[in-house]
Amino acid sequence: MLTETTTLRKADALPVPSTYDGAKAHLKRAAETSKVNTEQTTKRMAWVVQVYAVRDNQDRAAFAELFGYFAPRVKSFLMKSGASPDLAEECTQEVMATLWNKAHMFDPTKASVSTWIFTIARNRKIDILRKQRRPEPEDLPWGPEAEPDQADAIGLQQETEQLGQALATLPEEQRKLIERAYFGELTHSQIAAETGLPLGTIKSRIRLALDRLRHAMK
Amino acid sequence: MMNDMTKIKHHLTEPLLMGYAAGTLPEAFNLVVATHISMCDDCRAALAGYEAVGGEVMMDTAPVDVAEDALAATLALIDSGKFADQPAPRRTKDSVFPGPLQDYVSGDIDSLKWRKVGGGVSQLVLKTSKDASVRLLRIPAGTAVPDHGHRGTELTLVLQGAFTDEEDRFGAGDVEVANEDLHHTPVAEEGMDCICLAATDAPLRFNGLVPRIAQRFIGI
Repeated sequence: MLTETTTLRKADALPVPSTYDGAKAHLKRAAETSKVNTEQTTKRMAWVVQVYAVRDNQDRAAFAELFGYFAPRVKSFLMKSGASPDLAEECTQEVMATLWNKAHMFDPTKASVSTWIFTIARNRKIDILRKQRRPEPEDLPWGPEAEPDQADAIGLQQETEQLGQALATLPEEQRKLIERAYFGELTHSQIAAETGLPLGTIKSRIRLALDRLRHAMK
Repeated sequence: MMNDMTKIKHHLTEPLLMGYAAGTLPEAFNLVVATHISMCDDCRAALAGYEAVGGEVMMDTAPVDVAEDALAATLALIDSGKFADQPAPRRTKDSVFPGPLQDYVSGDIDSLKWRKVGGGVSQLVLKTSKDASVRLLRIPAGTAVPDHGHRGTELTLVLQGAFTDEEDRFGAGDVEVANEDLHHTPVAEEGMDCICLAATDAPLRFNGLVPRIAQRFIGI
């Protein structure tokens, strides 16, 4: 499995199936530039490559890898958000089908694959569990450079990884509160204004990416 | 709008951003959040941060086995072509209403069915789920909205013009987040009508008998 055998030092020994050929460079670059959380960042870049393989080649093997890893977590999240096991199963399949259909929308400079799949699951939760209309922010049209910058993509994967580690090392009570907010057990007025999470870096990076996009649109 | 983006001074609160990221806010609040984010890149970036947290929370949950045929069923669902997500909204050029808001109103400012609520102020209540309510307010230049307090949370997003209250000045793109502690009398600036999108999760409380009677009829 791509996600399990990927290590940095042996980037050239990756068991990359032929359909991933075009994407090899991404992984290699990830190996060269990553300085922190290298193993986890490489794993995140492998997910990016898998989404690209779905997007470019409708690659079912890559999709199966993503499915194997993410579907059980999406289902878990939906059940913790109040879905029965049957409904969570149905929603999970729809979430993963949406991943396939929207693979062309994925941008690794703005989201890690885990973040992106979470937003799809969150949306499905509002549609099916809460049965509400779902207002979304306006889409930003792409500028002339459609292909996202690799260094930015890797940077964002690293920061998402660091955020995950920061969450894991928060004091138990604080972490539980954040989890409860995401599972829908807290109203917005019960959510603490100060989460204790280091969100500054990831916000600044995305803010810069948006500036560049706005600039390119002019 | 592009120029307004740099001038936005009043942003969404962290709990609102987290609530939107989690998908747990009332629909009326989601509409205000999505509309503000369409005008504000700072909050768009902050929301992306909170969505990243959501992703990590999801990754941290203990995985639950999916059905044995889940992958095959999903591929069949994909092949059927029956399943498609809603497309993200785009703004009609030159509208005061950002894309998400356009999905809730039919027309632009002058073609809407405004209802007078007294003092020259008009409103248009938008249809959302009942856990909170949201309306467009049109406050003529120089006019005050009656002094009112709040039982719950009130979000007021300026779409056009500006208003000033006891707290500060709020221009296009600014959002005021008011709770029970705030009693305020917003006054629209001279120059042009102030158009706001206002959501609340509890009825507003007007001070004074006449507004209170009016409140019964207009339903705010």
